Amino acid sequence: MAKVLMKGNEAIAEAAIRAGCRHYFGYPITPQTEVAAYMSKRMPKIGGTFLQAESEISAVNMVYGVASAGLRAMTSSSSPGVSLKQEGISYLAGCDLPALIVNVQRGGPGLGGIQPSQSDYFQATKGGGHGDYHLIVLAPASVQEMADLTVKAFDLADKYRMPAMLLADGTMGQMMEPVELPEPAEYKPDKPWTVTGTENRREHNIVNSLYLVPEQLEQKNLERYEKYASVEKNEVMYEEYMTDDADICVVAFGIAARVSKNAITEARKRGIKAGLIRPITLWPFPSGVIRKTADKVKGFISVELSMGQMIEDIRLAEECKKPVTLCSRVGGMIPSPEEVLNAIIKMEGGEN
Amino acid sequence: MNFKRVTLFAGHYGSGKTNLAVNWAIDLKKRFDRVVIADLDIVNPYFRTKDSAALLKAHGIETVSSEYANSNVDLPALPSEMYGVVQNRLRYAVLDIGGDDRGAYALGRFAPYILEENDFEMIFVANFCRPLTQNAADAYEVMREIEHAGGIPFTGIVNNTNLSRLTVPETVLEGSEKAEELSRLSGLPILFNSVERSLAGLVDLKNVYPIDIQKKYYELY
Repeated sequence: MAKVLMKGNEAIAEAAIRAGCRHYFGYPITPQTEVAAYMSKRMPKIGGTFLQAESEISAVNMVYGVASAGLRAMTSSSSPGVSLKQEGISYLAGCDLPALIVNVQRGGPGLGGIQPSQSDYFQATKGGGHGDYHLIVLAPASVQEMADLTVKAFDLADKYRMPAMLLADGTMGQMMEPVELPEPAEYKPDKPWTVTGTENRREHNIVNSLYLVPEQLEQKNLERYEKYASVEKNEVMYEEYMTDDADICVVAFGIAARVSKNAITEARKRGIKAGLIRPITLWPFPSGVIRKTADKVKGFISVELSMGQMIEDIRLAEECKKPVTLCSRVGGMIPSPEEVLNAIIKMEGGEN
Repeated sequence: MNFKRVTLFAGHYGSGKTNLAVNWAIDLKKRFDRVVIADLDIVNPYFRTKDSAALLKAHGIETVSSEYANSNVDLPALPSEMYGVVQNRLRYAVLDIGGDDRGAYALGRFAPYILEENDFEMIFVANFCRPLTQNAADAYEVMREIEHAGGIPFTGIVNNTNLSRLTVPETVLEGSEKAEELSRLSGLPILFNSVERSLAGLVDLKNVYPIDIQKKYYELY
């Protein structure tokens, strides 16, 4: 398959189609509108469904419907729109339904702005909806990963029967890069629990999150957390960059990781041994590698496009063994390589 | 090259219109006293001619763009100076049109002035590495949609086929074959093949126009 030049948002849409998704429900919002625009052009040509819903709430509940029937479905939005979807996301989790939710983040809170941000980290990884649940959260850092992780998200969602989220930001959605698209796969669902009609040959399947007996609901929660434990054990993904001999470890995901790599190159030119851990799964968080790295570095720098959200998971992971500082810009601004470099120089000089 | 008073760059979104428009404006400035570049993109929130504001200013090129470009305001608004771009004939003008037919709608209200003056080149920018315009027939469909929305007929084609940093001479050559086919379909001439400056000498084509690419902060060294 030859490479093509794609916007991050288009790569998500095309990869989803190639992963067998034939149902997209959305509502336009900058900076993710190209996902819907691309779907609106492609879906009618391949017998799929593109539907611009009357609202984000409506769109996520359409996903709930298709997922109950066992097919691959997705919705996408940007921060304020994803807030609206939270009720539906909690319901998807409570019904153990696989589905993909894409958040191409913009500045917040409230309507915020249309420029990039990573300030929905808490919402994505700690559950923006109610109840005890997790989403599998994947954080792409290139247009290639926008495509690859979209496929991965569908696969993981099916494997564990839970919703997955692709957490990108406006820059990732808008930037253009060459990408090798995954081979198209015909999707054949193997899901005995779906509501597709009994044909009088089996008992009714029920997809529901309401439990009238508290003991049963407790049991359901316990089972779900066993499943989460297995995701945490088996599905952690991260990239290590120049961490072998690093004295200072930058932790960053998405666009912040790309800027950080440039800063690390500059720091190394000045003789400062800096490295990077880039979480690819934000949940499950790569706590193990951070705990291990804590023994050999002076400290960590969390580079984020937020007031400091992931930094809490870093501190929990390294159990406060070493100092963790924050280098961040917010409101649609992106830390420059120079700002990250300065944070590295500061930590090298012993300032925490 | 025969320079018209107004040069418009339109095409599928992500085909490279903005980069080309900036290069074109800088070249025009070497030949003519007053050059203005206008960003008519009301669709795309990021990566605009405003990103090249410092460069354009250094070359003494006037710029007109939405005061909201690259801001947090998501309004499809254009400033009133935009009329000056088409009405004031003392300046050479470069117009960067938004992608696809949706982007070209903004051109509609300026089209009558441009058509009346009749000193324009309306250039279709084609990148055949883009997934929805990988062949001449698909590009032709986009071309017709844009003309319908913008109200100005295309007068020429530019082959801007590239794969960003992975572009090799063959990329451009393959694109030029598809551009030839688009030329046959549309009856329009191929004006030139635009190629990133360091590659331009390696491309064995008659009409190569070397361009500089605006580097972005997230690109790795």
